[in-house]
Amino acid sequence: MTTPRIYKTEAIVLRQRKLGEAGKIVTLYTPNYGKLDAVAKGVRRPKSRLAGHLEVLTHTMVMLAQGRNLDVVSQAQAMESFASLRADLHRLSRALYAVELVDRFSPEGAESYHVFQLLLATLRRLAAARNVDTVLRYLEMGLLSLAGFQPQLAHCVRCERSLPAAPNHFGPAAGGVLCPSCEPKVAGSRPLSLNALKVMRLLQSGSFGEVSRVRIDPGLGQEIEMHLRAYLVHVLERDVRSAAFIDRLRREDFWQPAGVSS
Amino acid sequence: MDVTPSAAGPVVRLIEEFHKLPGIGPKSAQRLTYYLLRAPEEEARALAEAILEVKEKITFCSVCQNVTDRDPCLICASSERDSSIVCVVEEPLDILALERTHCYKGFYHVLHGVISPMDGVGPEHLKVGELLERLKDGSVQEVILATNPNLEGEATAMYLGRLLRPLGVRVTRLARGLPSGADLEYADDLTLTRALEGRQEMS
Ligand SMILES: [Zn+2]
Ligand SMILES: [Zn+2]
Repeated sequence: MTTPRIYKTEAIVLRQRKLGEAGKIVTLYTPNYGKLDAVAKGVRRPKSRLAGHLEVLTHTMVMLAQGRNLDVVSQAQAMESFASLRADLHRLSRALYAVELVDRFSPEGAESYHVFQLLLATLRRLAAARNVDTVLRYLEMGLLSLAGFQPQLAHCVRCERSLPAAPNHFGPAAGGVLCPSCEPKVAGSRPLSLNALKVMRLLQSGSFGEVSRVRIDPGLGQEIEMHLRAYLVHVLERDVRSAAFIDRLRREDFWQPAGVSS
Repeated sequence: MDVTPSAAGPVVRLIEEFHKLPGIGPKSAQRLTYYLLRAPEEEARALAEAILEVKEKITFCSVCQNVTDRDPCLICASSERDSSIVCVVEEPLDILALERTHCYKGFYHVLHGVISPMDGVGPEHLKVGELLERLKDGSVQEVILATNPNLEGEATAMYLGRLLRPLGVRVTRLARGLPSGADLEYADDLTLTRALEGRQEMS
């Protein structure tokens, strides 16, 4: 899509990095232009009018002017700043994971409308939901589908026979579930419980409302997270860095904020 | 990076070295290089020596982790200061900004960074263990968390608050008034003084 010289767009701020004296480069995710980097001048100075409207995780309306290399933010007005995400480390750590994942999945200029809507819904859910980790699993499965990497969960990915109602295996490199007779022939696969398979199928084809009505106990949640994380690392060919901070908060078991069961 | 194709090897090398520095883009790197080319030799030599001296003589204070040429640093060695308060900052430059206000008389602790999960920077990469060690003897009664009022600074303050409160120390946060998204380093003295005076107990 050709962009006009000055254009206005909704965006979610994925990332920032310092630029020059007091500026920053902000990485924005937009519904129509996909992911783009833009220059925000002077935002590290306290008198900046832009700074508060371009913080990471902010859903914002920006006015961009095309520049020689990068576009320049001329105005910004926060639409949602997600204060409840920022005030709670558990929610915040998940939200940072969500924006990092979208960043990793999105080469510049790739299809973006559905990804944008999914990310926005994810941030809203993370700000309020009881089970923040289920919100992330729904995002992961959604991004995988939108990018054309949905894991094969309907039948065995190797022999294509239907799966027995018993424990199977999940093979990240194979791209899906392996039946008990194929599993020994594929390296790197791990046991997949029947319950985990059912929830993963629901994550893949159900609405978030349907998913959130399912009771997922911590053990089952961890199993699904392990399989999806292994698959994401395989697809993205790298770790999602923010996952380490989520793991640390769990390990240190700081505190569970009211209403969050994770 | 596009450098004048005719530029000699040493010139290209200096431009590239400048370009590695934070906040120096290709244009600035070229400007600095050509400035030095025209400058008197003594000036270039003084700069080179100053850089080497910093690397040879400057170390980190074993108490507050600030950069210093003596250990403990001047602030930590001072008997005039209030040893019951420690102000935690992200970078050495933040100490300069807070000292300019002349209204803070306690000690400091430099984290050398902030928690930034997306960049793979966790508490284990910061001087957090050193801070906990300092608080062990119970002489410090208040820790002021003076990380920047942006997402990563807030996350770091929240994390440290949870870590420190069980130790029985009073944990405070610089007051609002520092607009969100801004850097402490650029705040004017009056705003910083107000933020210090109006610091609040962290919930
Ligand atoms: Zn099979
Ligand atoms: Zn010191």
